[in-house]
Amino acid sequence: MSPNALVEIRDLNFTYDKRPVLQGINMTFPKGKLVAIMGLSGCGKTTLLRHIGGALKPTKGYVKMDGQVMHELDQDGLYAVRRKMGMLFQFGALFTDMSVYDNVAFQMREHTDLPEDIIHDLVIMKLNAVGLRGAQHMMPSELSGGMARRVALARTVALDPMLIMYDEPFAGLDPISLTVIGDLIRRLNDALGATSIIVTHDIQESLKIVDYVYFMAGGVIVAEGTPEELRACDTDFVHQFVHGEMDGPVPFHYPGVDYHQDLNLRARHSA
Amino acid sequence: MLNTIRAIGHHIVNAVWRIGVASRFFFLTLRYSGSSFRRFDLVIKELFSSGVMSLIIIVVAGLFVGMVLGLQGYETLKRYGSESALGVMVALGLVRELGPVMAALLFASRAGSAMTAEIGLMKATEQISAMEMMAVNPIARIVAPRFWAGVISMPLLAALFSAVGIFGGYLVGVVQIGVDEGSFWSQMQAAVDFREDIMNGIIKSLVFGTVVTVIALFEGFDAPPTAEGVSGATTRTVVTSSLAILMLDFVLTAIMFRGA
Repeated sequence: MSPNALVEIRDLNFTYDKRPVLQGINMTFPKGKLVAIMGLSGCGKTTLLRHIGGALKPTKGYVKMDGQVMHELDQDGLYAVRRKMGMLFQFGALFTDMSVYDNVAFQMREHTDLPEDIIHDLVIMKLNAVGLRGAQHMMPSELSGGMARRVALARTVALDPMLIMYDEPFAGLDPISLTVIGDLIRRLNDALGATSIIVTHDIQESLKIVDYVYFMAGGVIVAEGTPEELRACDTDFVHQFVHGEMDGPVPFHYPGVDYHQDLNLRARHSA
Repeated sequence: MLNTIRAIGHHIVNAVWRIGVASRFFFLTLRYSGSSFRRFDLVIKELFSSGVMSLIIIVVAGLFVGMVLGLQGYETLKRYGSESALGVMVALGLVRELGPVMAALLFASRAGSAMTAEIGLMKATEQISAMEMMAVNPIARIVAPRFWAGVISMPLLAALFSAVGIFGGYLVGVVQIGVDEGSFWSQMQAAVDFREDIMNGIIKSLVFGTVVTVIALFEGFDAPPTAEGVSGATTRTVVTSSLAILMLDFVLTAIMFRGA
């Protein structure tokens, strides 16, 4: 493992129900960098993230986090590694029976013996970092989508993790919240000296903030590079994805029988 | 014909498999219960949700069941000239059978279904996955406190159901119909045995509390993370718990009171 890499993925294969989901994935996530994994829905991005978090075991290959092979760890070992990680779920996954304050304090109470006054100060600082100190008494049901995502972000970084994973952090956000979340992801990564992995298909927002991008399609890596390299990339798939073109290597039409045949036109014509 | 046999076989295999998974879930809950006792505030919070919030339905149902027992019991006993034994009949009926069984059925439909829906929705909204990613064991943090809250609250609710039911029987039998108050209470006191009747009733309600809570928690934890999945799991909790209570009641009654 490269000394500069926090997470290393080598020859990762994963098959679900005889269907190959990931095939021969090789990735490196250097310390302190913000790396995006992009691709269409269903291309295996979230499955890959779940392998990094140790929630799935690969069919072949491995994911190494901070020198430890994830799928070889027992439950205690896995939990020990996960304490160095934070994960922002697609829609926040805030605990709905707890206030904003208690959500952010949750990990501190579970994993540390810190006195409540210290936890209070830490929670206030984390909420201040995401601009929601004033919302500490609110319940998740009272928050907008963007606010919920920011609270979840504060909860994710509550214990200053080495690795922060984001699963579609920009999904369903208005333009202002989108910019705010993007900016926070970059700033928090740099301020904490963490390594971040963003799984997303929001090309424009993520290319503004990331250091490196992996493009996935059909369970394999089809392109990789810095944002500048990808903007200039002439691969058909990347070009279609970056420019949001309707048709290309990813067809507009889902495969099916011939259109004329489906409309019964030939049969009618010959009759 | 072959298809029918195959379908029946599939259902049986599926049912046995689910019982196995549920048993493993139960043992894991016991294994990870340590934190529930170290942080008893978590159990107290769930005691409020499942126990305290079930009080109204238990009290109202207990009162009416007791009143019906008083009326029916009086009509039956009158035929044999034994109206004075009304207190005994109401008390034994409630303490031995109706208290534990009715309270468990009500608990399954109110608190059990709520537990299933809550955990199922936590799963659907990735709250359980989030907890696992935070290195917090969801069995220890979510399931175990609810399990112990269910086990603790069930005998208390059953006792309350019986107490209120006896008061209902008193209202109808003594206050409304005019059965002698002295014989109502004194015969009850003389006939109800603490070990034989009350303790067995408590054991029954402990068993029902354990079974109902495990079914409710397992169904929630095992629910497919969709709206349809959660609603199906909630229905299964009520149906399975109700059948389990009634079947177990027969088994426990046969063991406890046969020949007594």
